[in-house]
Amino acid sequence: MAETIFRARSLTRTYLTGEVAVHALRDVSLDIQAGELVVMLGPSGSGKSTLLNIMGGLDRPTSGELFFKGIELTALSERELTLYRREHVGVVFQFYNLIPSLTAYENVALVTEISASPMRPDEALALVGLEARRNHFPAQLSGGEQQRVAIARAIAKRPEVLLCDEPTGALDSKTGIRVIDALVNVNTQLGTTTLIITHNASIHAVADRVLFFADGTISKIQVNERRLSAAALTW
Amino acid sequence: MTTLDTKLKRDLRRLWGQVLAIALVIAGGVASLVLSTGSFRSLDETRIAYYERYQFADVFAEVTRAPKTLVTRIAEISGVAAVEARIAKLALLDIPEFPEPATGRFISLPETGSPLLNRLYMRAGRLPGANDLDEVVVNESFAKAHGFGPGDRFSATLNGRKRELTIVGIALSPEYVYAIGPGDRMPDDRRFAIIWMSERALAEVFGLEGAFSWVSLKLMPDAVETEVIDALDDLLEPYGGGAAYGRKYQTSHAYLEHGLDMLRNMSRTLPPIFLVVSAFLVNLTLSRLVALEREQIGLLKALGYFDTSIVAHYAKFVAVVALIGIVIGSAAGTLLGVYVTRLFGDFYRFPFLVFADSPDVYLLAALLSLFAALGGAFRSLREIVSLAAAVAMQPPAPPSFQRALFGRMELGSLLSQRMMMMVRGMARKPIRAALATLGMAFATAILVVSLFIGNAMEELVDVTYFMADRQDATISFAEKRPETVVFDVSRLPGVLAAEPYRQVPIRIRKGSLERRTLLSGRPPGADLSRIIDIDLRTVSLPETGVAISAYLGRLLDARVGDTVEVDLLDGRRRTVELTVAALVEDYFGIAAMMDAGALSRLLREAPTANGVHLSVDDGKLDLLYEAIKQMPTVAGVALQRVSLVNFRQSLAIIVTTMAGIYTGLSIVIAFGVVYNSARISLSEHARELATLRVLGFSQGETMRILLLELSVIVALAQPPGWAIGYGLSWLMNKQLAGELMRVPLVVENLTYVLATTIIFVAALISALVVGRRVYALDLVAVLKTRE
Ligand SMILES: Nc1ncnc2c1ncn2[C@@H]1O[C@H](COP(=O)(O)OP(=O)(O)O)[C@@H](O)[C@H]1O
Ligand SMILES: [Mg+2]
Repeated sequence: MAETIFRARSLTRTYLTGEVAVHALRDVSLDIQAGELVVMLGPSGSGKSTLLNIMGGLDRPTSGELFFKGIELTALSERELTLYRREHVGVVFQFYNLIPSLTAYENVALVTEISASPMRPDEALALVGLEARRNHFPAQLSGGEQQRVAIARAIAKRPEVLLCDEPTGALDSKTGIRVIDALVNVNTQLGTTTLIITHNASIHAVADRVLFFADGTISKIQVNERRLSAAALTW
Repeated sequence: MTTLDTKLKRDLRRLWGQVLAIALVIAGGVASLVLSTGSFRSLDETRIAYYERYQFADVFAEVTRAPKTLVTRIAEISGVAAVEARIAKLALLDIPEFPEPATGRFISLPETGSPLLNRLYMRAGRLPGANDLDEVVVNESFAKAHGFGPGDRFSATLNGRKRELTIVGIALSPEYVYAIGPGDRMPDDRRFAIIWMSERALAEVFGLEGAFSWVSLKLMPDAVETEVIDALDDLLEPYGGGAAYGRKYQTSHAYLEHGLDMLRNMSRTLPPIFLVVSAFLVNLTLSRLVALEREQIGLLKALGYFDTSIVAHYAKFVAVVALIGIVIGSAAGTLLGVYVTRLFGDFYRFPFLVFADSPDVYLLAALLSLFAALGGAFRSLREIVSLAAAVAMQPPAPPSFQRALFGRMELGSLLSQRMMMMVRGMARKPIRAALATLGMAFATAILVVSLFIGNAMEELVDVTYFMADRQDATISFAEKRPETVVFDVSRLPGVLAAEPYRQVPIRIRKGSLERRTLLSGRPPGADLSRIIDIDLRTVSLPETGVAISAYLGRLLDARVGDTVEVDLLDGRRRTVELTVAALVEDYFGIAAMMDAGALSRLLREAPTANGVHLSVDDGKLDLLYEAIKQMPTVAGVALQRVSLVNFRQSLAIIVTTMAGIYTGLSIVIAFGVVYNSARISLSEHARELATLRVLGFSQGETMRILLLELSVIVALAQPPGWAIGYGLSWLMNKQLAGELMRVPLVVENLTYVLATTIIFVAALISALVVGRRVYALDLVAVLKTRE
């Protein structure tokens, strides 16, 4: 039995905008096993990003507890949380979020420079098949290529978890499949626990488990007996 | 080099236009401080060094004729360190091929050669031999004005006798840093000379063997000047002493002090304003610039960078920008400072210049700029860094617009959709809009105050030379003459009108406040030399009482109707009480004026004159000059038109140069501010604008929306800018006012127009430059990547 890497208990996140309180997460409890590939599905505004951000140490819950391998993330100081992000988590965003004034190589180096035992940036770029584009600036890369650079940046530190928020959201299907392929590869080859938010239901076939979100809660969990390869996906 | 540093380098290069613009704003502030403080200190130190090395005296007194034996008694006055007695007389000069009458201040040199006090700085040649009675040393500016060198000759009418003189040396003296002829308002190098001669020669000519007519004293450091002066006056009174005075009333020193005061006051008023304005603008600009980096900051946080590293990264960026500005500003300020120092050094005849280095000024300017820049960055950073990474990475939440506000007022229907967009944009960040407007207003204001100085000079010339003193020439006599002299003068060729005047040195006092000045008597209805009040109306002098300069009134705290005590320091000394009958708003000197008849009754003398104001027929000037040169009683002739030219070429040039420099710096600052405003506004709205382009708006339409905000801010900023500018001008006016000269507080409408025009031109040019970027907006990239 694999080790439990995340243990969430009664997570709640409430946003106060003006007089209205938005309940982005309501009492979510969840366990994620090490090495798992989890896909998160659900309508827009259902709380997926909120949960992912809290797991990534990018945000804090209003109440509840979240453990990462026995460490209580919710009790960490700002500085410890930063170290947690630096050493253990890789994140990939819908809009890639590359630094436009840095080349592909440098965008990856931005992270390897500050982590404890990273791979070489070139190695990470090779994993996503972009070693040839190392000296290109984001503006010179297509959307899919930019997203793969973002993945290289996320995995270069050899994170234990990889959190991806709609990584294919801005891409066409063919490019999207290449990106998913890169993520699945990382998951299988490096054993990195991977969580992917998507709107594309067909992606769920590559996952070990699929979480369905609705209105700030996990309404359903689907366990796949067999995972498809990314190449076999159609959408 | 870390990757963050690579990013820093690239960002600096990518934003070079803005980096340079911000750096120039900083440079403007730094340069103004470095230049003004630097030049002031250099000139001040030059003066101190000159006075010290050449033993400029502390107390001066003229006498009719005092025996040399008196010198030992003067030296015994407690507090006196050294005494220099000499013969000093005014005489008309006749210079070959120079028709205008010139005046020489003849000063005797002791037999031992160089004087102890007021020593000569020899530029060329040598001192006259003690027995070479026709050899003279002349001051350098006079020699230069006529192209004289050792060996050249001219003649002078000394005590009624014409005498040929040979120049053997060229010199400068701390006593005549500013050499101004009798009756003149401005130095005229061609027409006023300082001439040093052997004592024997002058004693012979003026019948002053074994006697002196002038004494200078050097005081001990702990001496009390007023006590020494009183003791000296007591000793000199029997010999026709004209009341001793300290450096404060020594003409050259007073003018030099005033010039340096003006420079110092300018350096204390304008540069701090410039520096603070530039600091404020840099603060605003960098704060907005860093705010644009919000998403990148969020990303760095998400990637695991510590807040401190992120802050350090942006601090480095800002520090580099500030450093560029500080370096440019220091270099420009140093160069301008040297230029200004030389300009003043030429105006005041310094034989050498001491360039003071002022590390503290550079440091102060640098630190202030750096703090302002970092402060601006930190203001934004603190806000952004405190956000959770997830929040920072998203663009700021769409603000909740106050639809009701405009909807209810039905304003919405009046404004175009575009206007609405802009108005709401500003309304949603009212503080930022207000600050941007205030920043722009300051840019206008410093332009107004810089241009004001030039205005003031013009107004001063106008009132003084064209409204008050309308005479063409003023003849002054070596000794006072019976008033009937005016009839002789009227008969001179070319004289159209003649007005005598009487001048008496006085001490005027109210309570413990005292000033020394001249009391002049004017005939009733004087038309050539008029007195103009603050409303530019002619003031006719009351038959009793005294009219004084309004500035003198303030110095003495005297108002109309108050009684002042006046010591008459001419002939038999008396103290009288007079009523202040009027305060006159004049710009040059501090003066007291009375009706001529009342003055002669006060002096208990028959009507006399020290000089005559003339209105002259231009065509007969040469004949007049010839005739005046033949009058042995004339000590000098002041020519109004020449004086005006000299004014324009010397003091006015200096002041307008300063105004020009400050105007230049404010233009640089204004451009920097406006350009940055436009540029940042573009970045802030890049996505909105790109969206509009995608929706089908043309490039021109998109650009107009962008520029609408800029124009509204620029336009809104003008009225407060004018008001602040007027306030600063008022402050400058107060700061520049001195006993020798004041500048009128007149801010021409044209100044406001000009300041505003400059801002609008800056806006237009910025708009064109930034507009090109609107054309270059990469629609897809802007919409897709979140830069
Ligand atoms: N910074 C924020 N401030 C206020 N409300 C927010 C913020 N972030 C997210 N929300 C709200 O929280 C809810 C969940 O958002 P999110 O987790 O981003 O949904 P999802 O990723 O599933 O689309 C939404 O209603 C959203 O509007
Ligand atoms: Mg989301």
